[in-house]
Amino acid sequence: MRLDWEIAKRGWRRYAAYPWATVAGAFTNTIFGFLLAYILLAVYRSRTDVGGFDAADAVTYVWLSQSMIMTVYIFSWWELAWRIRDGSITTDLLRPLNPQRYWLAFDLGRAPYHFLFRGLPPFVLGALVFELRYPSPLDALAFVLSLTLAVVVSFGFRFIYNSVAFWLLDFRGVVTLATTVVVFFSGMAIPLRFMPTALRDLCYALPFGSVIQTPVDIWLGKREGAALLGVLALQLFWAVALLAIGQLVLRRATRKVVVQGG
Amino acid sequence: MIEVEDLRKEFVVRRGRLRRERHVVHAVDGISFHVDRGELLGYLGPNGAGKSTTIKMLTGILVPTAGRISVAGLEPSRKRIELARRIGAMFGQRIQLWWDLPLRDSFDLLRHIYRIPADRHRVNLARFRDVLELDPFLDTPVRQLSLGQRIRGELTAAMLHSPELLFLDEPTIGLDVVAKQRVRDFLVEINREDGVTVMLTTHDLGDIERLCNRLLVIDHGTLIWDGGIPELKERYGGERTLVIDLEEPAPPLEVEGAVVERVDGPRQWLRFRGSASELTARVARAARLVDLQVAEPDIEEIVRRIYASPEKVSDTNGV
Repeated sequence: MRLDWEIAKRGWRRYAAYPWATVAGAFTNTIFGFLLAYILLAVYRSRTDVGGFDAADAVTYVWLSQSMIMTVYIFSWWELAWRIRDGSITTDLLRPLNPQRYWLAFDLGRAPYHFLFRGLPPFVLGALVFELRYPSPLDALAFVLSLTLAVVVSFGFRFIYNSVAFWLLDFRGVVTLATTVVVFFSGMAIPLRFMPTALRDLCYALPFGSVIQTPVDIWLGKREGAALLGVLALQLFWAVALLAIGQLVLRRATRKVVVQGG
Repeated sequence: MIEVEDLRKEFVVRRGRLRRERHVVHAVDGISFHVDRGELLGYLGPNGAGKSTTIKMLTGILVPTAGRISVAGLEPSRKRIELARRIGAMFGQRIQLWWDLPLRDSFDLLRHIYRIPADRHRVNLARFRDVLELDPFLDTPVRQLSLGQRIRGELTAAMLHSPELLFLDEPTIGLDVVAKQRVRDFLVEINREDGVTVMLTTHDLGDIERLCNRLLVIDHGTLIWDGGIPELKERYGGERTLVIDLEEPAPPLEVEGAVVERVDGPRQWLRFRGSASELTARVARAARLVDLQVAEPDIEEIVRRIYASPEKVSDTNGV
């Protein structure tokens, strides 16, 4: 536990070491927040409800999801893949520590940094300009829990697609593909609620819905009581399942490296 | 400390797209050696000779195809994590420190990763700070360190958990003379004072000559030398060079027992075996000498000769 905490602190510091990258990123998220909010408001000029979202829900979704982009690190993360490719992974294997545990702890230190410095500023700006919805205290609490689980689910998925670098020399295609999949199926591109029912249900059931749409739904009060517990349980399930799959992949990869060489 | 018996590693390389041709590479082809606690051992060989493959097998990140290895009493590939706590490794061209963080952070994190007791960590770090003079850049992010500073940081990182055995791969590569000397002094100190066994892989023969009391030379996956450096010189360095300065430029001298290798104005280089004084006397009879000196072959030259010699010295193994 102490070790994980120490690693997490370094995860925070590693990103805190580049404040201007944070400023530039937060600026970009803000611009996209305005862009998407105005597009969605244009949609709502002709109707009042899309898939259970009214205009205020939709605009809140925009600012929340923009704020969550870096917290859950939805776009390409390749730190691990690069370490595998340039061979640094062998130095990781020379340490008495499971690499997945290391990277998870590191990511859980990174996420709060991005939440506070990449997420919060655009959201506050959005809240000043637009009329947003705010959660009840209970939902706010559930949102924090759900967002934490979303980080783990996202990490679990990122760890797996990064591990592809053990087998493929050029892993960039896979990373791009994985990013596209998660952006589309998580509700990052458009709210899952805007999709046809069958596709929407599929997205919710897959791990990706747990990454963006589920925390947003909880914030907006769309999940109460048993339904709330249900979606949290599903997030927990995916978090555990993806970590377990990642561990299996890592074990196979290690065996491959160890037997066949890097 | 290290026991290696008939160690082999084969890689299967596939070539071609349609008719996949399997091609077996014998990276390490049956080597055996034994290292005692407290040795400072050089491991030398040209690129692709099998050095790194051996080190990877010794540290447990590569499984041998055949043969037996025991390091600190453990079988490396089966007990990788357990072994990791007892050995240190540093690869001069790999970065083990945390790139974006101050050097101090890496040391702090390693304390937790290796579960080093706080007081021992403090003592060790204080010592390395002193010996390797780390203080001026302890709070600098690793990415801003000079190569020499970073290497000193890497050495500290490899040694913080008091390993019994240290693997170093090209620890002085790219360092200037002063930095090189500092690293060498440090290695001698930890070897002599702490009894740390050191296995040093390098292309830098200066490292070998100044540090090691024993040398392993590998080529094409087999050990071609295992023994001391003086013995190596005796066996391969039998030929020396007599450099003479004549009064005036002359054609290559014809002297019994020597071959002129080079002529540059009044200066000539004579390769010879045996006694230098006898040759000098013969030379003095044949020409008017102004000055002379005898050049011992350096280890670089010797190693070049070993690599080049066709019969190799497989019969000198098992020393």
